[in-house]
Amino acid sequence: MSNQYLKQIVDKNYQYGFVTAIESDTFAPGLSEEVIRKISQRKNEPEFMLQWRLRAYQHWLTLSSPRWAHVKFPEIDYQNIIYYSAPKVKKDGPKSLEEVDPQLLETYKKLGIPLHEQSRLAGVAVDAVFDSVSVATTFKTKLAEAGVIFCSFSEAVQEHPELVEKYLGTVVPFRDNFFATLNSAVFSDGSFVYIPKGVRCPMELSTYFRINAANTGQFERTLIIADADSHVSYLEGCTAPMRDENQLHAAVVELIALDNAEIKYSTVQNWYPGDEQGRGGIYNFVTKRGACRGKHSKISWTQIETGSAITWKYPSVILQGDHSVGEFYSVALTNHHQQADTGTKMIHIGKNTRSTIISKGISAGFGQNTYRGLVRVLPQADHARNYTQCESLLLSNTCGAHTFPYIEAKNPTAQIEHEAYTSKIGVDQLFYCRQRGLSVEDAVCMIVNGFCKRVFNELPMEFAVEAQKLLEVSLEGSVG
Amino acid sequence: MLMIKNLHAAIQDEKQKTKSILHGINLHVRPGEVHAIMGPNGSGKSTLANLLAGREDYQITQGEMWLDGQNLMDLTPEARARAGLFLAFQYPVEIPGVNNMYFLKAAVNSVRKHHQLPPLDAMDFLTLIKSKIKEVGMDEKFLSRAVNESFSGGEKKRNEILQMLMLSPKLAILDETDSGLDIDALQSVAKGVNSLRAPSRSIVVVTHYQRLLNYIVPDVVHVMVKGKIIKSGGKELALELEEKGYGWLSESVEQV
Ligand SMILES: Nc1ncnc2c1ncn2[C@@H]1O[C@H](COP(=O)(O)OP(=O)(O)O)[C@@H](O)[C@H]1O
Ligand SMILES: [Mg+2]
Repeated sequence: MSNQYLKQIVDKNYQYGFVTAIESDTFAPGLSEEVIRKISQRKNEPEFMLQWRLRAYQHWLTLSSPRWAHVKFPEIDYQNIIYYSAPKVKKDGPKSLEEVDPQLLETYKKLGIPLHEQSRLAGVAVDAVFDSVSVATTFKTKLAEAGVIFCSFSEAVQEHPELVEKYLGTVVPFRDNFFATLNSAVFSDGSFVYIPKGVRCPMELSTYFRINAANTGQFERTLIIADADSHVSYLEGCTAPMRDENQLHAAVVELIALDNAEIKYSTVQNWYPGDEQGRGGIYNFVTKRGACRGKHSKISWTQIETGSAITWKYPSVILQGDHSVGEFYSVALTNHHQQADTGTKMIHIGKNTRSTIISKGISAGFGQNTYRGLVRVLPQADHARNYTQCESLLLSNTCGAHTFPYIEAKNPTAQIEHEAYTSKIGVDQLFYCRQRGLSVEDAVCMIVNGFCKRVFNELPMEFAVEAQKLLEVSLEGSVG
Repeated sequence: MLMIKNLHAAIQDEKQKTKSILHGINLHVRPGEVHAIMGPNGSGKSTLANLLAGREDYQITQGEMWLDGQNLMDLTPEARARAGLFLAFQYPVEIPGVNNMYFLKAAVNSVRKHHQLPPLDAMDFLTLIKSKIKEVGMDEKFLSRAVNESFSGGEKKRNEILQMLMLSPKLAILDETDSGLDIDALQSVAKGVNSLRAPSRSIVVVTHYQRLLNYIVPDVVHVMVKGKIIKSGGKELALELEEKGYGWLSESVEQV
């Protein structure tokens, strides 16, 4: 009965679909060794970077696109993608926020991410990535006082090559998988964070990714290193214009936590999802992995995935250090013809390692939502523990939810608990709310938000409200 | 206040077969009156209560329902609620992750909005809810829990009464609010309901047992069997039913 209502409610209107008309330095479409050399040259990279890229490229040529995920899409023509597009800069690039192109500042303002340090998000430092390059990073001076390095990847390669060389590819090697390998060859920018020993990062760090140029792939790379006894909370957000063709976003994120360090990584993913017929939208094929290298270290992933035509990602944790902790909290919403195949891998290597997985999938329209998770306990990982809970909420009769949990326990002391539920949005719940005077729209938002509560609680305060609003916008419709 | 005329209703079962449940219900509840509807399991009491509240699974094949001169059939469930119709559910629903107090506040304010009143601010709301929660004998800790989640049967029923007191409806329908309650809870519920009695309000109590009617004394008692009201009378009728069961009445229904 209420399906008609529900359909109207979950029909989203995407607010970030505009295009910024800006002059840019854009390569011709196509991929070759030449293109990779050109990217490296544009960025004035040291030799080790170029060699690494070329090795990745040679390896990539031997691979073919993986097909195991529960997603469908036509073959991607990699020669038809533009691998580098950067807004033109007058001089060598902006030295300070004042020098950033006002049009770019305006774009970020429209996206709700003001790049002024005195803005609403005054407690958050932002690195703004526009197509292939970082255009601004705020609060650098304040962070530098605490010893924190927060800058674009390109800048890190110039200023801190020893850190980049030491850690790059140590969590996600360039051979890791098709998309990670491609990224290693062609990545153009991203964010870099280093938190020195004993430092608690004084503010939230965040990167905001914006795809603007047509036909362009975005391949960024983020590397976060939390040295011993340090702590950092990092958030990424992203949007893209509405276009009829699909665009590829193949990012890599590597996290490294040393002894007693803690990294909290949150994502609010709102790439353009495509239209109601499933035309257009971003292919979000991302490799995210963290290594708890040190004892008592902790890595926590929280993701709110509401955008993209296809989301394909498994933020994972390798629990090497004894007593280390890995967490994964996820809300994935698929509407219309969106597809998501997402989950995590928790690899227990150290003793007394613990992991928690909380996954909430919401499907509407013809959306397909898959949870895929691996919990692996290696023989030496005595007393490893995992708790997994996956719940799916269906808002229509034409959507789907799928759960693929893989458990490999090679140590008899492992304790692994798994719970999975699927529920239809209760006609009973809806009627109950309406009987108390709530509109269908408010009732659905309330029920869905309640369903996601456990995950929202994990987001940094500044963003919990944003995430809730985003979900409400995604569920907004014409009722009432 | 409430006028039901010759109401017939049916439902489609899983095999898409139409099963008729109500066969011509007539009921007239005046302002200030308390009516009790009694009857054996499966006679259609909850169906009637849900129909009044606007549940859409049922088909109304014939008849009319009016609340204060408004045709209920023209109103969505939320419009009925805002117009002052409240149903205390036989099986209150759990809404995981939704804070009970937040839920109540949303409900109260949506009804206020309908009446063009400004939303209650946090302080006024808190003052109000603290006084009401005492009346129903609930611990304040239930306010910070999720709506009905892992509440016991009795706690759910008290929560329904709390919601009713907060919304102070024109017409309250209580569907077996007494079932599964211990004597303490029963008395709290009755106290809550009685505090709502007023010349401008009407209450319909659906129950199985006459026990509750010792505390909430009805003006009229109806007996419903197999989708029909087969007898109506004063409060003595409830006692008579308690003594004799429904058998002596249902025999006569076969002939109707
Ligand atoms: N959703 C439904 N699907 C099929 N049959 C139903 C449904 N709801 C009620 N009924 C049937 O209608 C009749 C009346 O039920 P109900 O109104 O719950 O009775 P009461 O509240 O008096 O116990 C019963 O035979 C019941 O099985
Ligand atoms: Mg009943």
